[in-house]
Amino acid sequence: MSDVDAIVADALAEFAAVHDPAALENVKARFLGRTGRITELLKGLGKLPLDQRRTAGGRINEAKASIEQALEARRAALRDADLERRLRAEAIDVTQPGRGAGNGGLHPITLVRARIEALLRSMGFDVADGPEIESDFYNFTALNMPANHPARSMHDTFYVEGGSHVLRTHTSPIQIHYMQSHRPPLRVLAPGRVYRSDSDATHSPMFHQVEGLWIDETVSFADLKGVTIELLQKFFERTDLAVRFRPSFFPFTEPSAEIDMSFGEGWLEIGGCGMVHPNVLEHGNVDSSRYQGFAFGMGVDRLAMLRYGVDDLRLFFQNDLRFLRQFA
Amino acid sequence: MKFSENWLRSVFDPGLSSDELAQLLTMAGLEVEAREPVAPAFEGVVVARVCAVAAHPQAERLHVCEVDAGAQRARVVCGAPDVRAGMLVPFAPPGTRLPGAAIERATIRGVESSGMLCSARDLGIGEDHSGLLEVSADALPGTDLRAALDLDDAVFTLKLTPNRGDCLSIHGLARELAALSGKTLVFAPQPRAPVVLDEARRIVLEAGAACPRYCGRIVAGVDPRAKTPAWMLRRLQRGGVRPISALVDITNYVMLELGQPLHAFDLGQLAGDIHVRFARDGERLKLLDGREPALRPNHLVIADDARVLALAGVMGGEASAVDDPTTAVFLESAYFDPEAVAEASRGLEIASDAAHRFERGVDFMLADRAIERATELMLAICGGRAGPLSEGRGSLPSRPGVDLRPDRVRRVLGVDLGTDAMADILGRLGIVVERAGEALRATAPSFRFDLAIEMDLIEEIARVHGYEHIPASLPAGRAAMLPVPEQTRSIEAVKQAFARRDFFEVVTFSFVAEELEADFAEQRDPVALANPIASQMSVMRSTLLGSLVECVRFNVARKQERVRLFEAAACFGRAGSAFREVQRIAGICYGAVLPEQWGQAGRPVDFFDLKGDLEAVLGAHLPSFMPARHRAFHPGQTARVLLGGRAVGWLGTLHPRLLQKYELAAACVAFELDLDTIRARELARYRTVARFPPVRRDVALVVDHAVAAGELRSTILGCGGVRIADAWLFDVYRGKGVPEGRKSLAFRVLLQDTEKTLTDAEVDEVVARLLEVLKQKHGATLRS
Repeated sequence: MSDVDAIVADALAEFAAVHDPAALENVKARFLGRTGRITELLKGLGKLPLDQRRTAGGRINEAKASIEQALEARRAALRDADLERRLRAEAIDVTQPGRGAGNGGLHPITLVRARIEALLRSMGFDVADGPEIESDFYNFTALNMPANHPARSMHDTFYVEGGSHVLRTHTSPIQIHYMQSHRPPLRVLAPGRVYRSDSDATHSPMFHQVEGLWIDETVSFADLKGVTIELLQKFFERTDLAVRFRPSFFPFTEPSAEIDMSFGEGWLEIGGCGMVHPNVLEHGNVDSSRYQGFAFGMGVDRLAMLRYGVDDLRLFFQNDLRFLRQFA
Repeated sequence: MKFSENWLRSVFDPGLSSDELAQLLTMAGLEVEAREPVAPAFEGVVVARVCAVAAHPQAERLHVCEVDAGAQRARVVCGAPDVRAGMLVPFAPPGTRLPGAAIERATIRGVESSGMLCSARDLGIGEDHSGLLEVSADALPGTDLRAALDLDDAVFTLKLTPNRGDCLSIHGLARELAALSGKTLVFAPQPRAPVVLDEARRIVLEAGAACPRYCGRIVAGVDPRAKTPAWMLRRLQRGGVRPISALVDITNYVMLELGQPLHAFDLGQLAGDIHVRFARDGERLKLLDGREPALRPNHLVIADDARVLALAGVMGGEASAVDDPTTAVFLESAYFDPEAVAEASRGLEIASDAAHRFERGVDFMLADRAIERATELMLAICGGRAGPLSEGRGSLPSRPGVDLRPDRVRRVLGVDLGTDAMADILGRLGIVVERAGEALRATAPSFRFDLAIEMDLIEEIARVHGYEHIPASLPAGRAAMLPVPEQTRSIEAVKQAFARRDFFEVVTFSFVAEELEADFAEQRDPVALANPIASQMSVMRSTLLGSLVECVRFNVARKQERVRLFEAAACFGRAGSAFREVQRIAGICYGAVLPEQWGQAGRPVDFFDLKGDLEAVLGAHLPSFMPARHRAFHPGQTARVLLGGRAVGWLGTLHPRLLQKYELAAACVAFELDLDTIRARELARYRTVARFPPVRRDVALVVDHAVAAGELRSTILGCGGVRIADAWLFDVYRGKGVPEGRKSLAFRVLLQDTEKTLTDAEVDEVVARLLEVLKQKHGATLRS
């Protein structure tokens, strides 16, 4: 039955010739619809003699299946082509910037302070603060600097109206507050703003210190060295960082040392430290015959300068966005 | 303190290079701050005598000089205006390299010149270029200039800590160096001056412990025009002391050498006895520096029978000062108590080399040695005859023994040095050590004022042993966990939250100009500084807002168009007579709401943008906002921020008056909150999650302009019982379709029942009741 084969051939050719799904469905109707050519052939089966009916029916149904298969394939192809076109049309330029609000950032002083807090917290240090307008007693006398002590002149002190109070010249008064409100053994760190009436390229009238205090029965000068070296090496993430302890004098510690550090060339002064003076322990209500310990103070601004390569202290207080963005 | 290295080495030479010496001093706590050679490197310059000076035939300003340089004679063309026959000058023969030039044989305007005569500047040892450097007459022609002027020397500058007054002299440093290097140093005894005059002044000590020892002596017949020898001038200058006259220079020289400040009075100006006493209230004294302070009874003075002569240990008076016609002096060498000198020096703000030393403590056994040394120098340099030494003496400071427990040293330092080593170190420092079994008893020498307790001795042991020789270890602490409060956020976390909302943190000074406070602070009367360094930093701020506005202005001036900043810091105020500090956090926004970008229409930031930021940081359910007034904000765009009914701060649009004053072209929105309060968080408490679907209903309400959206929402949430789960404003409309003076606020209401799915009828009933309440309470009608 060559006419059946011809119908299939026609269908395949016509399917291939159409390019949109609606036209395809029209073509489909001409072959498989109610008056379609295959449908007509099937209708004609009844007129055939019984013995031919089975054979002819089989062939027509085969042809119908072929056409339906071709139709399905053509539908899929058209769908795919359609999707392909849409996807092409929807392509975007992924290099265009993302939208929305930006992200701010923390000040480098805060970053350094947080870093030191994290390091010392991991060693069990509590964090404390104290007032910035401090009484003469806490800022000086309790720290073993009675009136007229020559060391007072080392602090260019800002006095508050009335004269009984000062802007704290260091974070050390927090030691006294903390000792008075906690029982030893103690491990505490106290970061904060401090003030000295000094202003030039390397001095700011306001700057930042971080104070560390560890009081227990046998905490020694050797331990002081160990903890400060550990802190600086961990802070800078450099085990080759050299730390030097240079004898010095602070009324509130004894023995006292300046802490110098070096990346290999030259020493940089980074802070002061020492064993807490017995008079200071007594002012903090700590029994100095039983307890001893160390304190250290470091310049946060200085650490920030060294950590981030900032070459001018004043940049920290100018708050130029072009500076601040570099730390976001 | 400055000193000549060669002078120190002439008293004690530790056998170290210059570098090693500096290192040794620094690591012993005597920090070498600077070390500078007194002359740059040059060689071959010699002392020459100018034999003859003739005018240059071709040049008016040049001279042709014949010079005698010992082994050679030379003809030199010289342009110095002061060259004269007979003077001794530095001569650089051809082939010499000076700091600025190489000297060659040259023909200058037709005359051959073999070398150069030098000024101080030519040699790089001074700034003077007005004439030749004249060498003093005791040098021989041909002597190497470096030797003649002791130029192979360095000036050390020490940054001495206040406890080490004993090192403020060459002898003190020599003694310390000997101790550090483990060598013995014995100072030769000071010979007593021959007493050929029987004139003396009686010394009357009337101030007790403030001056327990005072030595005085008359030296008469001195030559007031005597010249200070060149070697002494050099040591003074290298010690940072300005030469004045031979008599004064000698007293200063002895101070630098021994550490004992001396004073020379013009004997002719003294009447009667010498009294050491406290000033009478209101007594006046004209000082050497020209000041004339009114004295108080806590100021120690030297007086004669008639008047006050000097502020003891601080500065002499002008009337009794040694000057040109002085031919007889009364020399003073005394011990003044550090406290007594500090009272005057600090109280009257008068600094001097003498006060600097007395405040730190001067060896109370040194006075007689020093006065003998000064007499010796005076007789040698200025001539004259010395009278007998008069001395007033009370009870000198005591030096009680201090017990040192070797075990305690071990415990404090964390290293065991052994008792013998400890005793040895203390002994080297001049401390008298007695042993009583294991313990040591130490008595400090008269020159040390910082060895009163056991810890002082432990410090000395550590210092001399060397901090670098103490091992570093980590302490074995008791393990303990730190609390981690969940209901208080760290300051860090709050700051991070603002940073994530596109704010940059700033750090500004806590002191501001008074005007800034007046513009931005809610309360007047800021805490003022007694000694501000500038008027822009004269009061302690009570608000961070002003500083933030200044930061915005700073950045806008640098072409930043969008600025979002915050700061967290203390704000200062008063609580009665005391001072009060509150930690606050404040933020400010200027410019566009978003960074400039494609696909988003730009618009200026406004109140509600910042309010959204605050809600996000504080937790949207916590804060509420009430209309309010604040000096710095637009009166119609200001809110009090409340947390749990408590006022915690402000939010507002900056007042247009301030925008204009601070030259800001666009609107600024700012907030300031009490930092400690907003750190509080509620601990999460689980409530059953509804298993039945919610129903949403939109209600568009028309209300009077003055009705607050926040109040409407509160009413909605309050009147549905448990069934109204939430409601939020999704549209605000004024204009066509809404009557003049009214506005439409559209809320989406979320209805929910925890027990079952709500039926339409139930929802309708709730909404109807809601509308009824809204109508009664707020005059709200449903928008048609």
